[in-house]
Amino acid sequence: MSTTFQIPTMAEKTAAGDQPEILFWVGCAGSFDERYKAVTIAFVKILNKLEINFAVLGEEETCTGDPARRAGNEFLFQMQAMSNIQVLNGYQVKKIVTACPHCFNTLKNEYPELGGNYEVLHHSQFLQQLIHAGQVVLKGGGGFKGKKITFHDSCFLGRANNVYEAPREIIEALDMELVEMKRCRSKGLCCGAGGAQMFKEPEAGKKDINIERTEEALATGAKTIAVGCPFCLTMISDGVKNKEKENEVKVLDLAELIANDLGLNS
Amino acid sequence: MSILPQLLFLTLLVASGVVLYRRITFLRNTILLGKSESRTDNPSQRWKTMALIAFGQQKMFKRVGPAILHLLIYVAFIVINIEVLEFVIDGISGSHRIFAPALGGVYTVAMNIFEWLAIAVLVSCVAFLIRRNITRVPRLTMPELRGWPALDANLILWIEIVLMLAILTMNATDQLLAERGVAGYIPLGGLIFSSVLAPLFDGFGDGALVITERIAWWFHIVGILAFAIYVTYSKHLHIFLAFSNTWFSNLKPKGEMKNMKEITNEVKLMLGVPTQGVEEPPAEVGRFGAKDVNDLSWVNIMNAFACTECGRCTAECPANITGKKLSPRKIMMDTRDRAEEVSKSIANGGPGLEDGKTLLGDYITKEEINACTSCNACVEACPINIDPLDIILQLRRYVAMEESASPAQWNVMFQNIETSFAPWKFAPTDRFKWADEIKGKPMND
Ligand code: SF4
Ligand code: SF4
Repeated sequence: MSTTFQIPTMAEKTAAGDQPEILFWVGCAGSFDERYKAVTIAFVKILNKLEINFAVLGEEETCTGDPARRAGNEFLFQMQAMSNIQVLNGYQVKKIVTACPHCFNTLKNEYPELGGNYEVLHHSQFLQQLIHAGQVVLKGGGGFKGKKITFHDSCFLGRANNVYEAPREIIEALDMELVEMKRCRSKGLCCGAGGAQMFKEPEAGKKDINIERTEEALATGAKTIAVGCPFCLTMISDGVKNKEKENEVKVLDLAELIANDLGLNS
Repeated sequence: MSILPQLLFLTLLVASGVVLYRRITFLRNTILLGKSESRTDNPSQRWKTMALIAFGQQKMFKRVGPAILHLLIYVAFIVINIEVLEFVIDGISGSHRIFAPALGGVYTVAMNIFEWLAIAVLVSCVAFLIRRNITRVPRLTMPELRGWPALDANLILWIEIVLMLAILTMNATDQLLAERGVAGYIPLGGLIFSSVLAPLFDGFGDGALVITERIAWWFHIVGILAFAIYVTYSKHLHIFLAFSNTWFSNLKPKGEMKNMKEITNEVKLMLGVPTQGVEEPPAEVGRFGAKDVNDLSWVNIMNAFACTECGRCTAECPANITGKKLSPRKIMMDTRDRAEEVSKSIANGGPGLEDGKTLLGDYITKEEINACTSCNACVEACPINIDPLDIILQLRRYVAMEESASPAQWNVMFQNIETSFAPWKFAPTDRFKWADEIKGKPMND
């Protein structure tokens, strides 16, 4: 057992003749976004701590093509998808875990028709399984125990794929008090970033969507807003800043909550 | 007795049958303007979906108040149609309440149930009129409903009210005549609701009563025939199309976008991936994405004709809630109106699709489709599983691939993906840099 954090790539694993149990698909936000890199690191720490045999693609990973597809550029999407599938199939990947609901949706639902068939899990589902299996034992550390928390459903996890319970079970395991927003689960309001909106200014209107959603989250009185998506994290964090509440209210990914609890955040 | 009423009835029945048949053929042709799409896999799941969502009204109950009112009208519609069967037989054969003697007490119970439902419909319609016109529920008073849609919605409520009043009047006068022992009228031994109306007609002579009863009878049956035709020109088509619409629902995860096979083959060639065993694309590829109704699938157009204009989709749409122009309901109404326009033109030997107009541009603007977050709230909200998002995404495909006219920032994003393999401009070689922060660092505890 290693005492230092290891982040093996598929190439390294293959060279060593080892087939990892899961591929952690980091995603573009997880790789490049300053804030979301912390989530990637939190998740990798958890994987290390639990001694899970995983690997990443490293520089071989490229955009799944999701934003191109939602914006209408099917050519570009399929180019991306097909070259990713070549890489994934080349490594005989069977199981993928990702912290991005957009990558999750695309890999799980849209790659099969192009020849990429994998078992794909969102990190909340993976963590839920580990909690169920007793591999993650949360100790109520990180100072969150008993505190109010609200969870913002990501559209691509919730409505798009009917994953509503996994994130909530994690929050339950953390022993925090979940206060739902009025629009939650299948009625959850989008953060405003989906459908490639992340990459352009919104159309003219009377309000930004993330502000509308942030107001709803703040109204719950929870000091922690949990999310499970890089875009939601950006949008809600911006909303909280806009409301000048960033010192009181934290917007955190589920993996960060668990890493905190396990004392992995230093 | 004169055979004239029977002849008149038969003529009306046949005439409305012909009109209906023609209109249904027209609607069928209009829906088939769309491209073919197979939606017949997994029939057991499809029957189940139809049973739950159309027959069982499952998704209506996300909003309980209107759901109960709607359920009453829906049940009444189905049950009172049993009585229409008797109307039709009586009308053709010249009989009066032909089922009454044979059914006896059961008939009276049935009539009381019908009357109860008629009252329920009356109450519900009044409540709906209030919601639309007095309390003005926001989703029922939005700009896209101005003109015909608003009138259509109110008209149908008034028609139903009048039809129900006709039934009650008919029963009240009929029973007064029976009580007076006028030949041909059968005492039913107590119709609870219409008897309340009896005092209104008590002062009438037998002759006036007979005439009132006949007027009410004719009014009701002619009203129903007219209603059947009217429905096919109205958003009320949903009373039939809700069933086919839910049967042909998208059973895949909502997040999955339809794959474009015609592009798959080209991309495979470009990447040097072997294409054997891959289905050949259809002979005429047509355009990429959708510009007009014929580029959409027939399911999209059926969706459009099934739309009840209830606006539940728009009320949940994050873009609409925050004041953007996009309204998923309007997407469906525009698609329907354009399909109807093209189809009418074709039926009249006009230019059809070549009339210089298109769905994208003349009906739906880019500003609308660009505002969509593909959040699926509209799809989730629709009580009959209509999918406005599917249309929006097909229109976007046309704009991106045929016109290269996506918003400038999206074009930048496309370029970034092409050159840096990420939607932002970062060097691909920096993709794994995040790991440097912790790789090889000691794990605490
Ligand atoms: S998918 Fe698009 S149209 Fe539908 S509710 Fe979401 S933003 Fe509105
Ligand atoms: S698409 Fe569905 S939810 Fe929207 S107005 Fe039509 S019927 Fe109502």
